[in-house]
Amino acid sequence: MADAAVTASPGAGVAGRGRFAARAARAVWPVLMVVGVTVGLWYAACLPMNVKESLNQAERAGAVIVPEGGQARRDASPWGLMAQNPAHLGGVWSQDRPRLPAPHQVAVELYETTVGMALAGRAFSNRSLFTHAWVTLSATLLGFGIGTALGILLAVGIVHNRAMDMSVMPWAIASQTIPILALAPMIVVVLNSVGISGLLPKALISAYLSFFPVVVGMVKGLRSPEAAQLDLLWTYNATPAQTLWKLRLPASMPYLFASLKVGVAASLVGAIVGELPTGAVAGLGARLLAGSYYGQTVQIWSALFAAAILAALLVGLIGLLQRVVLGRMGMGR
Amino acid sequence: MMPQAAAALTEGAALPAGTGAVIAARGLDLTFRTADGPVQALSDVSLEIGRGEFVSFIGPSGCGKTTFLRVVAGLEHPTGGAIAVNGMTPDAARQARAYGYVFQAAGLYPWRTIAGNVKLPLEIMGFSKAEQESRVRKVLSLVELDGFAGKYPWQLSGGMQQRASIARALSFDAGILLMDEPFGALDEIVRDRLNEELMRLWAATGKTVGFVTHSIPEAVYLSTKIVVMSPRPGRIIDVIESDLPAERPLDIRDTPEFLALAHRVRVGLRAGHAYD
Repeated sequence: MADAAVTASPGAGVAGRGRFAARAARAVWPVLMVVGVTVGLWYAACLPMNVKESLNQAERAGAVIVPEGGQARRDASPWGLMAQNPAHLGGVWSQDRPRLPAPHQVAVELYETTVGMALAGRAFSNRSLFTHAWVTLSATLLGFGIGTALGILLAVGIVHNRAMDMSVMPWAIASQTIPILALAPMIVVVLNSVGISGLLPKALISAYLSFFPVVVGMVKGLRSPEAAQLDLLWTYNATPAQTLWKLRLPASMPYLFASLKVGVAASLVGAIVGELPTGAVAGLGARLLAGSYYGQTVQIWSALFAAAILAALLVGLIGLLQRVVLGRMGMGR
Repeated sequence: MMPQAAAALTEGAALPAGTGAVIAARGLDLTFRTADGPVQALSDVSLEIGRGEFVSFIGPSGCGKTTFLRVVAGLEHPTGGAIAVNGMTPDAARQARAYGYVFQAAGLYPWRTIAGNVKLPLEIMGFSKAEQESRVRKVLSLVELDGFAGKYPWQLSGGMQQRASIARALSFDAGILLMDEPFGALDEIVRDRLNEELMRLWAATGKTVGFVTHSIPEAVYLSTKIVVMSPRPGRIIDVIESDLPAERPLDIRDTPEFLALAHRVRVGLRAGHAYD
């Protein structure tokens, strides 16, 4: 660091840029390292997971496998099979329907169902992950909006009303102890029976998961102003509404953004779970379900990765918004 | 009981009720209930503050000086005795926006500019937009922050932030200014300068000021009346009328009159400690 600054002495700007690059480089290596190790372990894990099917195929193709015959190998240990047939293991990374797909298989599937289809002019066909991701994303965003609004309203109520303060939080906590997987089908069925279907049931499940972090964070945030700050507004004879708008809400922004990051990830989970019991034909959840019906593990894994990438994008987007808003509010430092 | 303390108490009790007094307290008691049992923050406090006076409250921690100021502001409610602010109860006075309050921490909102912070009470009190603008400009120039209206609090030094907080308290032009150790967190040099400015401000506006401080020189330099208090229970042990001239340059602090007053305050504070 010191060396970089000295060698780049002609201008402070250059030194600054050099330092930034050095820091970025130092940040990149550990990340690459972790990714590399993970991918390596993943490839290695494909060996014991896929060895039996791979050997069966090799045998069908005419290779000599020890012990002979699929029946004989059924209950054998994968480690023993790997040791006995070292020459015939290549197939574990190229199965059509592997127990564990190899990373490159998932990557290829992801590419083909996104960029590949987009290049072919079918970005929003039924097989495109863009279509499915958008279906899930729309439910996620709607649910996230409802959940956030509900969470903020409840927090405002809790902070201003003693009865709500005493009663709402236990219910909110209890609501989160019910497994969403058990609740989701009931929400879908009940709403369906009153004629509400499509986006809204999924969004409500999403909202059910995302309101909670917002309530918890916002109660803390709305109560974050110091006593002296509240005293000052009291001396101005400010109404509770004025105190809320001018002090409590702005002061709660850092807490809100922290909650939103948790909430948006929970929303995505809610939307995906909401797609499972409906027999939905579209959405990342539907894709997961269809994949598991037909043993399409590559499809399951690529849908999982699509969901993870979507979640990372959403959280990253909120992080960006947080930086901009808090920076403008002078609370970013 | 020390003779001075006795004198202060009788003098306080003998004062006539609210004739021209802006703040009149009579036999105030205030007991806080805490986990360790009741704490008597104020005991039989009687005091009158006339219009345009600058009254300092000095004493060790726990002597009730801040509590008294908070009672005046309606932030605490006495458990005994009577108090009138502008002839009203403190709560009515608060609702009539009779005073501006300055806390030890400037407490500016980081998300508002300096002008925005000064505007805060004006917005709450419903002044018109044009009125808000003109008042902000006026008080900012009063505390010599003219060029800083558009700056954010973090761009200002601690002393400037406290000046902005004083401007905020002055913006709605209340007759009374209550200040709770406003310069307590600042260094000596900044504090001297702000003391000088506060003197000028007081002369220019004619406000009645209640000023809580730990510093003897600050109390003597600023005040027309110094109230010496003592803890456990919080009470007044001496009320000193200052005979210093209204015009006070900083070097007045080296004159024998100033030193005599400071000495009397120190003796009072020591007498208070003798009760421990």
